Amino acid sequence: MLNEITFYLTAIWTLVFAIAAMSLRQMVHCALSAAAAFAGLALIYLELNAPFVGFAQLLVYVGAIAILIVFAVLLTRGDEVGPNRSQASPSWLAGLAVALLVLGAIALPILSSPSLQKVAPPVATAPVKRIGEELMTRYVLPLETVGVLLTAAMIGAVVIALREESEKPAGQGTSLLSFNGGRTQRPATPETAAHPETEEAVTLP
Amino acid sequence: MNPLLSHYLVLSALLFSVGFAGAVTRRSAIIALIGLELMLNAANLNFIAFWRYGSNPQALTGVMFVLFSIAMAAAEAAVGLALVISIYRQRKTIRLDNLDSLKG
Repeated sequence: MLNEITFYLTAIWTLVFAIAAMSLRQMVHCALSAAAAFAGLALIYLELNAPFVGFAQLLVYVGAIAILIVFAVLLTRGDEVGPNRSQASPSWLAGLAVALLVLGAIALPILSSPSLQKVAPPVATAPVKRIGEELMTRYVLPLETVGVLLTAAMIGAVVIALREESEKPAGQGTSLLSFNGGRTQRPATPETAAHPETEEAVTLP
Repeated sequence: MNPLLSHYLVLSALLFSVGFAGAVTRRSAIIALIGLELMLNAANLNFIAFWRYGSNPQALTGVMFVLFSIAMAAAEAAVGLALVISIYRQRKTIRLDNLDSLKG
């Protein structure tokens, strides 16, 4: 009973903030609502006995990605202002219809399938010790690949966002430099928790 | 009584369609990226729910997949937002309906 109440509370929290993130007018409000929705998902992971994933979600999504989105909103300011400019695209009705169709196509089979109406087995835990052992034995190759991917993404983000020397309109130089400094930290967050050395080794040359 | 597996799957389907609706109906590129993140999160929730309710939870497969998927999402968000910043600097707009120079 208690589990069901917490499930419904967290589910409603997550859904309300997800809908708010997709429908509010102000982009800062959207970013903050998305952070709240990600935090609700972290709560659901905790409820599902996966504490490590829950805290990783909290760290990466609420800690890093939400801040990154807020930075991007602040750096691209002045575009969406004006109350008479529409926020929705001209074909928003068709988009909404397709989204409802997708929802129906996923939810109807789930609700009508009897094998999915089962209750949880009593014990299923993911202790951090086992996760670490698996990461270092069975999943060591994916782990290293993720390290390379994060390094490539970090370098790529810096290179893409870096100002080219030829096009040089006045202003915004210093704020962009500091933004790039902040950005280089972001992709490293899940990596430093799991495996800090890879990145150093790959970044050096 | 504990929530059933289908409850989590329906929640995930709702999250996915909310993210999808936002990604296809909003004009701002940043909001579209948030919608993409919501869709990724819905898929992650499915993985965790199937791991928890599956017959062999000792294998930790769902948990591992979600961990790697979160790392991928971080990389994707960093590169995507860098692209948005770069486009804004060149075109002074991030409204997706203004970015149609490839249209024939």
